[in-house]
Amino acid sequence: MRDKEMTTPDVRIDEAGTTGIRPLLEIRDLAITFKTGGGEVKAVRDAHLTIMPGETVAIVGESGSGKSTTALAAIGLLPNNGKVSGGQILLDGEDIAHASEQRMIELRGNTIGMVPQDPMSNLNPVWKIGYQVRETLRANGRPSGPDDIAKVLSQAGLPDAKRRANQYPHEFSGGMRQRALIAIGLSCQPRLLIADEPTSALDVTVQRQILDHLETMTNELGTSVLLITHDLGLAAERADKVVVMYQGRVVEAGPSLELLRNPQHPYTKRLVESAPSLASRRIQVAKEQGVETTDLLAPAAETAKSDTFLQIQDLRKVYKLRQGLGKAADFAAVDGVSFDVRRGTTTAIVGESGSGKSTVAKMVLQLEKPTDGRILFDGVDTSALKPAELFKFRRRVQPIFQDPYGSLDPMYNIYRTIEEPLRVHKIGDQASREKKVRTLLDQVALPQSAMQRYPNELSGGQRQRVAIARALALDPEVIICDEAVSALDVLVQAQVLNLLADLQANLGLTYLFITHDLAVVRQIADHVCVMEKGRLVETGSTDDVFESPQQDYTKALLNAIPGAKLMLPPEVA
Amino acid sequence: MIRFILRRLLQVIPVFLGTTLLVYYMVFALPGDPIAALFGDRQPPQAVIDTLRSQYHLDQPFWVQYGLFLKNLFTFNLGNDFTGQPIAASLARVFPVTAMLAVEALAIQAIFGVAFGVFAGLRRGGWFDSTVLVASLVVIAVPTFVLGFVFQLVFGVKLGWAKPTVGANADWVTLLLPAVVLGLVSFAYVLRLTRASVSENMNADYVRTATAKGLSRPRVVLAHILRNSLIPVVTYLGANLGGLMGGAIVTEGIFNVPGVGNKLYQAVLRSEGPTIVSIVSVLVLVFVVANLLVDLLYAWLDPRIRYDQ
Repeated sequence: MRDKEMTTPDVRIDEAGTTGIRPLLEIRDLAITFKTGGGEVKAVRDAHLTIMPGETVAIVGESGSGKSTTALAAIGLLPNNGKVSGGQILLDGEDIAHASEQRMIELRGNTIGMVPQDPMSNLNPVWKIGYQVRETLRANGRPSGPDDIAKVLSQAGLPDAKRRANQYPHEFSGGMRQRALIAIGLSCQPRLLIADEPTSALDVTVQRQILDHLETMTNELGTSVLLITHDLGLAAERADKVVVMYQGRVVEAGPSLELLRNPQHPYTKRLVESAPSLASRRIQVAKEQGVETTDLLAPAAETAKSDTFLQIQDLRKVYKLRQGLGKAADFAAVDGVSFDVRRGTTTAIVGESGSGKSTVAKMVLQLEKPTDGRILFDGVDTSALKPAELFKFRRRVQPIFQDPYGSLDPMYNIYRTIEEPLRVHKIGDQASREKKVRTLLDQVALPQSAMQRYPNELSGGQRQRVAIARALALDPEVIICDEAVSALDVLVQAQVLNLLADLQANLGLTYLFITHDLAVVRQIADHVCVMEKGRLVETGSTDDVFESPQQDYTKALLNAIPGAKLMLPPEVA
Repeated sequence: MIRFILRRLLQVIPVFLGTTLLVYYMVFALPGDPIAALFGDRQPPQAVIDTLRSQYHLDQPFWVQYGLFLKNLFTFNLGNDFTGQPIAASLARVFPVTAMLAVEALAIQAIFGVAFGVFAGLRRGGWFDSTVLVASLVVIAVPTFVLGFVFQLVFGVKLGWAKPTVGANADWVTLLLPAVVLGLVSFAYVLRLTRASVSENMNADYVRTATAKGLSRPRVVLAHILRNSLIPVVTYLGANLGGLMGGAIVTEGIFNVPGVGNKLYQAVLRSEGPTIVSIVSVLVLVFVVANLLVDLLYAWLDPRIRYDQ
């Protein structure tokens, strides 16, 4: 059953054959209100959701859509200023929307488990991993000896669990921490597991392993899973049913593939179109059919020029790692990397964290000195630049960084932020600089009124537009984007990628795009360099690399894109 | 860890030489003749002055005086002060008193400051929080000597709960009232620090995860909020211990406590170089050890901090 309008009250999914079995979790007409400085805000309204025993249901939506809030309400963990202001949350028939704290403590862990979003901040840094597992087992009345702890951890795929249990969270990698959190979430064999973006902070290949493992474990235990994600591709691949939330409402719900192939609500349609993991497939399908490619590919084709603008030759960066007693070991963060970037094109460097891709970017920006090798910019070796020449070089090469929250000075208003590079480089007078800032705001599609505002008054996407405007202020020729869209919601990400493509077409910019996200590469890049552990393992045109990857590592990266294996009929594209 | 401790203890040597040299020089440079001051209005015979000057090496240049002081120090012979009393003996009298006072004051700050801070932080904006915040502001704003006299008058004289002055025989009970006065100001800071730290950590992701695991509220507070919140508080308390050991001139003065503060004050009045520098030397050691303890406590509270690298 599929609802076509968001006002239709019943978006519950009833599947034939399951009638007669009571749903494990049923959310009816749920409304959640937050008390804020500006009055009461309805974060969720009229939400409906049904999870049958053993079933996986995904809630998809962008940040602020109410997906996490709905899930937190189901485990009674709403922030202090939030409360359930209407509706029911039925757990196996019992309404727990207003259950006592004592009742919730009984349910948590044993009946409802949770795997939280960010593995870096969700383990207490001052306690050993084993201790954090043990207190969970103990609180829920389960055996909690060292063997039990090791068993729980190794079931979640943590190798050498007995020794690992004696380590602290900071001695674990992100993937291992997430495994520990999964172990904690499932340690008391709950009937319902709430997984809130369980892998969004991880590399794609690690993400895949962990989701595979989670799926195996929950299948074995017969656990129902409520999966929260912003990635429609991932949701469709992992869940039986998908619920799409938008601005606090459930706008569409249904079996995953059906919903993906035939989205009804306009928002779902936009989401399907923009989902990076699906878009990669979309462009490919479009091309196979001889349909004109999207505008994302067009500008590169038009302006592709053959002259080499940036040459990276045998670049190396070695860091000294201290190993106590004055000894130091060499660690090659970048090891013999060579590639060319042609004027007016986009070259992407792809790799997981620790692959050395950001170090390459820093060296190109002259923020780090190479240990060895050369960087030729427009034919000139950048290492030989004198301070004055370096200053001019900086005008021609500008960065855009990942975190739009951290890379803008919170004390500068937008005008000052964008104007600063002009002032530093002593370009124009007050009036001409203001005119330039206005033009730049137009170029990045921000209203002129934004000039007087401060970064904290803008959304993530708007901030990244400000960062782009600032990078463009000096009319650079090369822009280095270090994970420039990774922190953005999919729809915003698509807008920013389109903006970058437009700017490239209009201004003839050259991009060096550093990212871990292959789906984004597919949309924006002409050439791809795949890096692994400091080495360049594969390079080629985007089409070649995506259609016939040569290296196992590249194949693994491509396979790990969520939703990549979903077969979508052409009409979706 | 052992290497770290050793390295820290080795650092004592330059710190020690530097501070004593500086203090010694400042005393040396003080205007006025300490020998003349000894005799007050009377004019002693020149021969007596000369004898005393050479006895205390006051006729020697600065470097010789300092060198002699160091030599005495390393042979554990601190010499006599200008009244002829051995300095070592008077230090042995005053330091235990101040140490008792400091430990009592520190205990009051730590126990009540942390406990009140946790309750205030957990219910931020509640009546307890608001009351305690205003009260702590009053304590911070009122100068110690006012608090001291008021407490002395109210609890010592009017109510008679404690002896209004300590006198020669200081013990834990008689020192309690001055310890409360001494501890109050820092108690207010500890409270506010704990409160801020607790209310910040309360919203940490790992605290939510701990709740989601099914832990009871007291367990979440003790194991997950309190321990993480103590880190900044411990730093403050450690730095404070050094300060308290330096003696509280005002508080010791009001309650007539025969402690380091009193002794130091009198020595400064008399320009008694050897006594001042001897006290400072002990204080340097106390500071270094207190800071070392803070660092070790730090590593124990937060395993991410490791000193061996």
